[in-house]
Amino acid sequence: MIRHFLENGLDARVRIALAVILAVAILVPAANLLVPEGSPFHVPTYLVTLFGKYATYAVLALALDLVWGYCGILSLGHGAFFALGGYAMGMYLMRQIGTRGVYGHPILPDFMVFLNWKELPWYWYGFDHFAFAMLMVVLVPGLVAFVFGWFAFRSRVTGVYLSIITQALTYALLLAFFRNDMGFGGNNGLTDFKDIVGFNVQARGTRAALFFLSCLLVAGGLLLSAAIVNSKLGKVLVAIRDAESRTRFIGYRVATYKAFVFTVSAMLAGLAGALYVPQVGIINPSEFSPANSIEAVIWVAVGGRGTLVGAVVGAVTVNWGKTWFTGVLPSFWLFALGGLFVLVTLFLPKGIVGTWSEWRAKRKTATPADASPAPAE
Amino acid sequence: MNATVHRLARSALLILALLAAPPFLGSAAHAQDISGALAKLTADSYADTGEAIAALATSGHPRAAVIVESIRDGQLEFDEPSKTVAIRTAAGVLDAATGAALATPPAGLSPVRVNNRVRSALAAAMGALTLMSPDPAKRREAAEAVFKSRDQGALATLEAAIPKEADAGVRSAFSAARAAIVLYKTDATEDARVAAGEVLRARGDQDAVATLRGLPADTPKRVKDAAEIAAKSIETSLALWASVQNAVYGVSLGSVLLLAAIGLAITFGVMGIINMAHGEMVMLGAYTTFVVQEVIRAHAPGLFDWSLAIAIPLAFLVSGAVGVVLERGIIRFLYGRPLETLLATWGVSLILQQSVRSIFGANNREVGAPSWMSGSFEVGALTMTWGRLWIVVFALAVFVGLILILKKTPAGLQMRAVTQNRSMASAMGIRTPFVDALTFGLGCGIAGIAGVALSQIDNVSPNLGQSYIIDSFMVVVFGGVGNLWGTLVGALTLGVVNKFLEPFAGAVLGKILVLVLIILFIQKRPRGLFALKGRAVES
Repeated sequence: MIRHFLENGLDARVRIALAVILAVAILVPAANLLVPEGSPFHVPTYLVTLFGKYATYAVLALALDLVWGYCGILSLGHGAFFALGGYAMGMYLMRQIGTRGVYGHPILPDFMVFLNWKELPWYWYGFDHFAFAMLMVVLVPGLVAFVFGWFAFRSRVTGVYLSIITQALTYALLLAFFRNDMGFGGNNGLTDFKDIVGFNVQARGTRAALFFLSCLLVAGGLLLSAAIVNSKLGKVLVAIRDAESRTRFIGYRVATYKAFVFTVSAMLAGLAGALYVPQVGIINPSEFSPANSIEAVIWVAVGGRGTLVGAVVGAVTVNWGKTWFTGVLPSFWLFALGGLFVLVTLFLPKGIVGTWSEWRAKRKTATPADASPAPAE
Repeated sequence: MNATVHRLARSALLILALLAAPPFLGSAAHAQDISGALAKLTADSYADTGEAIAALATSGHPRAAVIVESIRDGQLEFDEPSKTVAIRTAAGVLDAATGAALATPPAGLSPVRVNNRVRSALAAAMGALTLMSPDPAKRREAAEAVFKSRDQGALATLEAAIPKEADAGVRSAFSAARAAIVLYKTDATEDARVAAGEVLRARGDQDAVATLRGLPADTPKRVKDAAEIAAKSIETSLALWASVQNAVYGVSLGSVLLLAAIGLAITFGVMGIINMAHGEMVMLGAYTTFVVQEVIRAHAPGLFDWSLAIAIPLAFLVSGAVGVVLERGIIRFLYGRPLETLLATWGVSLILQQSVRSIFGANNREVGAPSWMSGSFEVGALTMTWGRLWIVVFALAVFVGLILILKKTPAGLQMRAVTQNRSMASAMGIRTPFVDALTFGLGCGIAGIAGVALSQIDNVSPNLGQSYIIDSFMVVVFGGVGNLWGTLVGALTLGVVNKFLEPFAGAVLGKILVLVLIILFIQKRPRGLFALKGRAVES
């Protein structure tokens, strides 16, 4: 079955993307660690971290494309799943600090000592084990998404209503995580990390390894998403996207399909968040802000929704632009981002990759146009 | 050093002794003669000073008030060997008892020392002495002081004063003070004490509860029970007032939500356009108010009280014009694609925010309140600011105005026709694109008007709109799309629920709970409280 998938499921686009991602995953760390400084081919460590950040954003975009591009669920709260995964990782990293904190308490993280907590809250138990933390990285976002999705899809909340309540979900989590009583560091979040599985998070080697892992996650996420959308399940998802009522009348349990893909997508976002946190060195409640989630939507829209590869391309392109703008013209970044939202929806509804494919298909008039129908609302 | 410690220890012992003894034992001795009291003042002991003050307060001596005041002001001095008590004024040293100037003041005069215990005795004595003051405010203050101190010596004065009192407010304060004294008077009849409890019940505030609950353990059971019942009934009515306060504050919050959401009820509810830039229309209205006030401050300061009235039409025009441009420039190309409208208008909101930030700066801007909106007033046990009240009135006025526009004007008729059946309206000769732009402009203009009101209670900053956008959508979705009455009920319900959750959940958790409740509610009724029925639902 896997061989069948590898032979037929992977279209040329995904194959090229995988090759590029793997090449980057090997070349960038090599250029950072092996090429001596001063050489024109040397990649400085800060760039490795920056690219690693882009890679985790690309996974978030991929997760969003899976639900939005293929199932028509426009989630304006995917940043919440990303942040939940990030918090799970952050809790592990906090426990690894041990007695090296400012207060040197053997068990409690600094912020708990500061807030006069006497003992570790029960939900922090187990986070000193890496395996348990990794389990939580996928389980917590998955569970939240499943419960939320199950209720929402079963009562047939669709379209903009769903978008608005996903936004309310992440907004509610934002407010909740700002509270000091929650035991997640309140406003300041979790930071000042030292070690990850025994390696110093600041070290060049660790950063290169994290970058490599992030790229692997992009590749893995791409493979997983391609496997889902090319399977029979994927066809049902597209059917739900294009004609939900008809699919239901034919006899498919629409709510179950939607809840499944929503949960998988949330887990993928959680993994991305978990790799994001050790690279940027902090996780705080602002990651839950609705604006972040909507920004992730524009990455997918720019790259081209319903193309998977487009999500990766979009995330990297937009964030590259953001880095460039905030360096050169900081006050213009919001103009550029806002303009991007307007221009892409008006003039480039299929995104970069979608438009490119269309153009290629038009040139090869001999072959029939792309069989996959355009994503409907 | 040693002497200080010694003195401190002595003071502490004296205070303990005073606390143990029933207050103002000495007040039993009624006499016009104050020589005993004055003699006590020369003892240089806090306990004696306290007793002397109490004796003075009940003496009825014409000089008593002057002497007590002089102790309070630190002007009363004494000389132990010659038993002289004198008041040192700017004019010279006067004999305390007669007020005559002392020709040869003793050399050893030193001020009567005062500690907290003495100060409270002073306050009680002043209370009793000023009960006869010609100024009603002073009399009332004095009655409050007696109410708190329950100085038995003031009873006779009060009983004499109550029938003569003309001011109703002061008279009830007098009765309450008298009741407090009688309630604690061990030699009063039980009937009188129970009746006193009833008077306190009529007073009905937290102080009355404390007085009723504070009866000593040896009080007769009947009195104690009656006091407890009275205290309970006061607490019930106080709890009722707290609920009323929550409800009123909830309506106030609800009216803010209504203002923020009502424009959205037009653009999202009636037209079905997801306008994520709605909050920015509110913000533009607030900044219009700021500009109007700046212009008025610079050129016509006398018009400041009119600044909001001037800002309302201008804010409507500014936000409405931006809305029309937005509809004609972007949204009309995206009709039928709601998710893309959402993204495009989000982009517009970012651009508007950044424009305002570039022009006015990122900091909060100061928008002043006209005089008729400043200050507060009290109804029963609840305090309300005029600004809040005006916002409730204003929100309802905007709501009624909008209903009238939609139901009673030709333009409103056309708007409803286009949203109900676009092609039929078009066939009847209505210029549907024009009506679309007009309707969207109306919704945005209303948001601008909301901005004028919200500038009074919120920080005017480029992020102003962001804080309202999610709440506004929640109100519209909760109330039911396409229904202005639903928006009204939704806004007020959310406001009141929020305020009732706040006392025991805290402000932030209350808000989270409300969001969760709405999410659950949408599961149950995906189309809101007042859902449209029939064919329109599916479109």
